[in-house]
Amino acid sequence: MGPAGTRAGVSPPAVPAVRLPRRRGTELVLIVLAVLLSVYGYCAVGIAKNGSVPPDAAGYGAGLGVLALVAHGAIRLRAPYADPLLLPIGVLLNGLGLVLIYRLDLETPHDRAAPAQLIWSTLGVALFIAVVVLVRDHRVLQRYAYLSAVAALLLMVLPIFFPAVNGARIWLRIGGFSIQPGEFAKVLLAIFFASYLAANRNALSYTGKKIWRFQLPTMRVFAPILVFWLISVGVLALERDLGTSLLFFGLFIVMLYVATGRGSWIAIGLLLAAGGAVFVGALEPHVNSRVQDWLHPFASIDAGEGPGQLAQSLFAFAAGGMLGEGLGAGHSILIGFAVKSDFILATAGEELGLVGLTAIFVLYALLVERGYRAGLALRDPFGRLLAIGIASIVALQVFVIAGGVMGLIPLTGMAMPFLAQGGSSVVTNWIIVALLVRISDSARAQLLPDDALEAHR
Amino acid sequence: MTRYIRRASVFCLVLLVALLVNSARVMIFEADSLDDNPANRRNTIARYTQPRGNILVDGKAVTGSRDTDEQLRYERTYREGPLYAPVTGYASQVYGTSLLENAEDDILSGTDPMLAPLPLFNDLTRSQQPGGRVATTINAAAQKAAYSGLAGRRGAVAALDPATGKILALVSSPSYDPGAIAGTDSATMSAWKKLNRAPSQPMLNRAIRQTYPPGSTFKIVTAAAALDSGLVTDVHEPTETPSPWRLPDTSTLLRNEARGCEDASLADAIRVSCNTVMAKLGVQVGLKGMVSTARRFGFDDAGVRIPSGVSRSNFDTDMDRSQLALSSIGQFNTTATPLQMAMVSAAVANGGVLMAPHLVERTTDGHGNTVAQTGSKAYRQAMNPATAVQLQELMQDAVENGTGTNAQIPDVAVGGKTGTAQHGVGNKGTPYAWFISWARSPEAGIAEVAVAVVVEDASANRTDISGGGSAAPIARDVMEAALNSAAR
Repeated sequence: MGPAGTRAGVSPPAVPAVRLPRRRGTELVLIVLAVLLSVYGYCAVGIAKNGSVPPDAAGYGAGLGVLALVAHGAIRLRAPYADPLLLPIGVLLNGLGLVLIYRLDLETPHDRAAPAQLIWSTLGVALFIAVVVLVRDHRVLQRYAYLSAVAALLLMVLPIFFPAVNGARIWLRIGGFSIQPGEFAKVLLAIFFASYLAANRNALSYTGKKIWRFQLPTMRVFAPILVFWLISVGVLALERDLGTSLLFFGLFIVMLYVATGRGSWIAIGLLLAAGGAVFVGALEPHVNSRVQDWLHPFASIDAGEGPGQLAQSLFAFAAGGMLGEGLGAGHSILIGFAVKSDFILATAGEELGLVGLTAIFVLYALLVERGYRAGLALRDPFGRLLAIGIASIVALQVFVIAGGVMGLIPLTGMAMPFLAQGGSSVVTNWIIVALLVRISDSARAQLLPDDALEAHR
Repeated sequence: MTRYIRRASVFCLVLLVALLVNSARVMIFEADSLDDNPANRRNTIARYTQPRGNILVDGKAVTGSRDTDEQLRYERTYREGPLYAPVTGYASQVYGTSLLENAEDDILSGTDPMLAPLPLFNDLTRSQQPGGRVATTINAAAQKAAYSGLAGRRGAVAALDPATGKILALVSSPSYDPGAIAGTDSATMSAWKKLNRAPSQPMLNRAIRQTYPPGSTFKIVTAAAALDSGLVTDVHEPTETPSPWRLPDTSTLLRNEARGCEDASLADAIRVSCNTVMAKLGVQVGLKGMVSTARRFGFDDAGVRIPSGVSRSNFDTDMDRSQLALSSIGQFNTTATPLQMAMVSAAVANGGVLMAPHLVERTTDGHGNTVAQTGSKAYRQAMNPATAVQLQELMQDAVENGTGTNAQIPDVAVGGKTGTAQHGVGNKGTPYAWFISWARSPEAGIAEVAVAVVVEDASANRTDISGGGSAAPIARDVMEAALNSAAR
């Protein structure tokens, strides 16, 4: 514990009793900006498609604004030292996602997704508030590590008993609602990993046999985590949800590395990953076809069958060029299936261009960076690992899906955080932002003198 | 742990950089090839997002656009489609474009860089200019006269302004409605199939894309060669030609349909259309002279564009003397488009100077500002001016006293030449009736219209078909319409 350790060693009187800035005003200004940007986008779509501002633009802005302000109020009340960037980024990405889905709804008048997405967003913000208000200290979560693990496993196993949707068994369909429990599972897993690794990181780092230059951990410590990982990956392979599988694996490796600092973990992880990828890629036709599409995105055109989804997605990005076609002026609807969910980024790329896409990536990067920053500032290992874990979820998920729809890596079905259509995803992302708010608040509040800290808690 | 967190953050940064670099690859560096991929529908969609510019006849649009509210939004419509189809061609969302719709596509679709206010304007603003307009040289009255004259029979009419080369009428019959194949629905598909299967080939532009043996109308070219070469100095001097005349180096006898061709003068031979005299003159001019004269009229030129390409009219360059004899009266391998024969007539009417035929008067942007104007320019000096004057007299004589009396117009100087061409195996095909002519109103110093008409008339008695009977009245109506509208 380098710098943080030294800081911990400094006695409280050395910290000047200056008032720690809360920066809530900054947050409020940024929220207003985010809401205005979203409303502007909403109006731009309406003007481009119908020649007039959508009649409910004010209502849309008011709705988004009220949601954001209530969330802001919860932060003021319960997490006054939280990072002021987190909530505005969430609001802006969520607002932009609603704009993009609304924009695509105009092309599919019989299949409207924006109203449901708005309801899910409201639920997401409600859960955000619940987490910020109810979880007074992130260390409470450590108590529920094993409960989280069991819950995560249950959530992952459940969809196997439900019918497959589009080749993947990742959905729970109850009545008209469909839920993707894997989305929630990843946060629970991050909590479990953080807790387990925080408790066992010394044992994981320094014991065990040495093979060549690699120090192996003892089986006693390593076995539970390996078993858990095998189960989760096995379940995902059964469900054919390669994206989430990749995400869990990446999360596991990053957290393990941060906890132990051992390069051998990365080596073992990469070996496991390579083996698993070859194995699944060879045996599983669903995955194999994804790899073939990635290697030869235009094969279906040459075969005279017209462009496939990935080719259409690449066409959309290319059409965007540097500055984009403008909101509402693109033709990303040509992608067809999943254009509002997995491929939502193509609409952003075509209509906002490389400039807009870069801005979106930078927003995600800021979110991740803020998580890492909170992780660095915290003193307790659990909090650090949890911050790194959930920030990494965002980073990995953005990379897997954005890289997939842009031909960088094989395409795996996943939701672009906040942007994509999908209730489970947007709700989960709000929970992630809430946890980051809570952790960043703790990270800053620990700089307070002890008495003030007590008052804060 | 701090060190490892920092390293993990570098890993996240690498992911971000990878995404950004890959984005630049797809959206900038490979964008052009992705944009131009034939399977990418965006170019097609963009093409139809705005109404296509119109083609004008006498300042009025003969085309239009219909908002379908579908993915390919604007669909081409045609006013009096069959009448103007040989001029406009078609612009179909499925089958592409033809004729003017094809030749002026950049202007009509708005992609021509000349339409943008500044160079590279469209690339920078990603905007599309409104479609420009194409004003044709067509004279609506002459076009209608030609179309109703053909009355659905297989044939074609081409009319020119001899002094400028403007095409006044361009009709092919039977015709079709290009609006029927403009869209994307199943009716479009079946219409396209039906049109392509029809034995009458309605989508063939017979005026510029079909060549026919020109028959006796070609005798004007032969006469020009005889006069230009000095072989004939006095058109009224009798030629020493027996009737029938034996083709050189053969035992085949060439006969005349007309009477009084024995030793007939050039003037008489043109007036009553003597095969023997003209065949013999062609042989006397010789292959070289005949080829060079035919070429000065536009034969053997595959590069004539109006701006749509015109099929090559043929005069063989390697023939024996009997073949040359037959070629000189428009038989053997000699073939011509109706436009080519209108050019022959126009060259005579314009004092020997053949003006380049053109169909586009000018192109404008969507607001009517001129983008390009087609000036009149000479194509070739087809013959000496003196020869042209002599031929004018001979052609006038043919209309006043000879085979072309059906083309007479009161108080108007009309010159013409009939033709009947056999074709098919053993000449069993329905003959083509030809008529080429020009007309000059009394107050004008120069002819204002030159016409070529070809009609294939299966219902008529074969011996009865001649240019004078079937084709001349159509030519007369077209000339009259052109003269009347010019006078207004």
